[in-house]
Amino acid sequence: MNKNIYFDNAATTFLDDAVYEAMKPYFEGHFGNPSSIYQYCQTAKQGITEAREQVAAGINASAGEIYFTSGGSESDNWAIIGTAFAKRSKGNHLITTKIEHHAVLHTIEYLEKKHGFTATYLDVDQEGLVNPEDLKKALTPETILVSVMLANNEIGTIQPVADLVQITKEYDPKIYFHTDAVQALGTIPLDVQALGVDLLTITAHKAYGPKGVGALYIKKGVVIDNLIHGGGQEKGKRAGTENVAGIVGFGKAAELFTADVVERNLKIKELRDHLINRATAEIEGIVINGSLEHRLPGNSNFSVKRIEGEALILSLDHYGIAASSGSACTSGSLDPSHVLLAIGLDHGTAHGSLRVSLGKDNTKEEIDFFIDKLILIAQKLRAISPL
Amino acid sequence: MIYLDNASTTGMTESSVAAVHTIMEKYWGNPSSLHRLGVEAEKVLKQARTIIADSLTVRAEEIIFTSGATESCNLFIRGIARSYKNRGQHMITTETEHPAVLKTMEDLAKEGYEITYLPVDSQGLISTDDLRQALRDDTIIVALMHVNNETGVIQPISDAGKIIKKESRAFFFVDGVQGYLKIPLSIEEAGIDAYAISAHKVHGPKGVGALYLRKNLVIDPLITGGGQERGLRSGTENTAGLAGFARAVQTLSQAQPKERSLLQKQREDFMARLKTEVPEIRVNGAQDLSSSPYIINLSLPKVQGETLLHGLEADQIYVSTGSACSGKSKVSRVLGAMKIPEQYLHGAIRISIGLLEWPDARQQQAVAESLKHIYARIR
Amino acid sequence: MYSKKVMEHFMEPHNVGEIEDADGIGEVGNAKCGDIMKMYIKIDGDIVSDIKFKTFGCASAIASSSIATDLIKGKTITDALALTNQDVVDSLDGLPPVKVHCSVLAEQAFKSAVKDYADKNNIDIPELRDFVPDEDHH
Repeated sequence: MNKNIYFDNAATTFLDDAVYEAMKPYFEGHFGNPSSIYQYCQTAKQGITEAREQVAAGINASAGEIYFTSGGSESDNWAIIGTAFAKRSKGNHLITTKIEHHAVLHTIEYLEKKHGFTATYLDVDQEGLVNPEDLKKALTPETILVSVMLANNEIGTIQPVADLVQITKEYDPKIYFHTDAVQALGTIPLDVQALGVDLLTITAHKAYGPKGVGALYIKKGVVIDNLIHGGGQEKGKRAGTENVAGIVGFGKAAELFTADVVERNLKIKELRDHLINRATAEIEGIVINGSLEHRLPGNSNFSVKRIEGEALILSLDHYGIAASSGSACTSGSLDPSHVLLAIGLDHGTAHGSLRVSLGKDNTKEEIDFFIDKLILIAQKLRAISPL
Repeated sequence: MIYLDNASTTGMTESSVAAVHTIMEKYWGNPSSLHRLGVEAEKVLKQARTIIADSLTVRAEEIIFTSGATESCNLFIRGIARSYKNRGQHMITTETEHPAVLKTMEDLAKEGYEITYLPVDSQGLISTDDLRQALRDDTIIVALMHVNNETGVIQPISDAGKIIKKESRAFFFVDGVQGYLKIPLSIEEAGIDAYAISAHKVHGPKGVGALYLRKNLVIDPLITGGGQERGLRSGTENTAGLAGFARAVQTLSQAQPKERSLLQKQREDFMARLKTEVPEIRVNGAQDLSSSPYIINLSLPKVQGETLLHGLEADQIYVSTGSACSGKSKVSRVLGAMKIPEQYLHGAIRISIGLLEWPDARQQQAVAESLKHIYARIR
Repeated sequence: MYSKKVMEHFMEPHNVGEIEDADGIGEVGNAKCGDIMKMYIKIDGDIVSDIKFKTFGCASAIASSSIATDLIKGKTITDALALTNQDVVDSLDGLPPVKVHCSVLAEQAFKSAVKDYADKNNIDIPELRDFVPDEDHH
């Protein structure tokens, strides 16, 4: 029996029909370059203006604080590199955590290796949470940036970002605080005012919008260097002809989740809890990773003892169930997840992780089907395993 | 409507729109995912890469997908500057490059990199002698535009490439945005190390582009993270956009290639028609085979290009005053560098034609007459 | 990502299990690197008359074990030792580059089992004189 069950919503989400409908006119006719001055192009410009307002409303920012990019990775790189070079004269120390997305980690490592910056990588506890005291201790007069992700992509842990911002700003208000909110967008209510962050990364394709478009929220008054230089698009801060259709799609997706993020996620959380309950009750040797309390509603992440993650994913795929092991970006590599190692799993256990990330259209029937198959697969793979 | 601003952006082909839609609807997985949707998305990517590579006659693994040509330019110039810093910090370019190149270099100049700007003559062309003299032991990049976006002038890329490769260790970067699929160029023969292209100038979607990067050339990435695109460009791939890009390129590549001489003739006919109605027209930039048939930059004396543009717009004829990206500045930097006579400097407009269709005689006449009426009104 | 053949052998692996009175047992890999392969062999004269495996690992590790045991079963020890990881890769219609180490693991698991058999029985097998399973092959 073959189904199409998609449980990999943390990797990417399907495109909402309404989002495509919003984008369509921009593919088919409104092809003007928004930088051109003739009226014909104003339609494209209006589309972008409206989208900027929609995205801003989605995170309680003002439209002037939203800068469109090609996606979350670019936004993370821009926020970090842009801050590092803009504030170089003040200091060269950066603080982040061990469980950040690679777009943050590798960028900071790059700055250390190539440009003489230093960095502190904060530990997390077993649940994946940063201890605010650790941040207090890590802050130095040289610190220019703190980057802590709002919600983790693998284990779904939600950090106390507002508290961390407060600690940082009390130490020195000139230190910029960046948060990667890619996983949080559309899955929990987002409010940049309440968080108090200076920079926030979001992307469309994890929230039923198109791939290839994201944004960086830059708080009014915050100044960072550009990452991509050229024409004067995005108020001279991000060059390159705007991806008009993509941006319009992002706006539409934002409008949709802004309207029902709370309701949508109550339903998802209920399903997720049902999934965790059944899995842990009915399968021997399965452990939930991360925090149960501070967790994204759609995320579940398990260690399945004596089973290797990829074998598990491909077996599930055989039944038409799409899930993931580790993060999608690194699944081509052989290294176990840095997130799971950071929360204290040993290498062997980290290899057997299973991430099931639910989206807005998943159903209880799908979860029950999944659990039934997971039981069979666990039996079968353990029968092959020498452990 | 007569759309003659194809150097700014182009309309997507129907099949390109359809390809984008298909991927968004059916193959929307993350190419890095292990499951079926991911594998299908990976295939989409692979296919697109092959098509783009074939269109340039290079290897698939030499294509790096980006969010557009601006990013491609930034990626290469900054990438080389960073990774070859120890070899040298000197870069050569021209005064008439696109801001994506100039601004990136200017930013690097703040860190101590040195830039030599090659002058252009009244035709908009660089001199290979100037290039030869500018090359130094510590030159790491020579960046030249294949076809100028404002004037359509074609730089002597192959000759330049031969000099660069013979007389220096510099890497040769070519901004191919306006030349791609339009002006034949052998990347191999010209010794090009990197070539930047964009989808939306060739009837594909906005938000995608590519960088051809010669095999085994190691540069620092601009965007790090998940390690996509051989670690040179992280970020979840815009599969739908790339499929649309590839489909547009496929359509254009399959179309019967027109003889260069025929295209040149068509351009001359168009210009002749314009000049018949408005004899005061001055055509800016080279006029022979050193110009792209697809771009005509013309000036009328003592008027504002913007006024001409809006006048034409009233007749539903769409052109531009220069490059869309620098739409705000009053005087064209490119025309300034060519030292065109002062009285023509402000009154320039660019007519740019797409690969899909050439304006027919009736349309050409409509443009000529519209221009004539506006000019009569405002001169 | 994987060939049909890999998926067939992964979903329905051949020769899974243990041999209780095995003549030789070989185990390679470790949980840290994500793959452990254990092979059991039965020797009849100079023929590998039976072979079974147990593997903890990814799809390609399981498929490599499965096809390797198919290739080895019924061959003389000399012929079986002449098989290389490339034979495993070829029989699977290819493996992605990052997964080629799985085929190496299969080759080494078998060699370890033969070495175990040889050591127990004081037999000198020239091909295995210098054999040391490479623990850190990736």
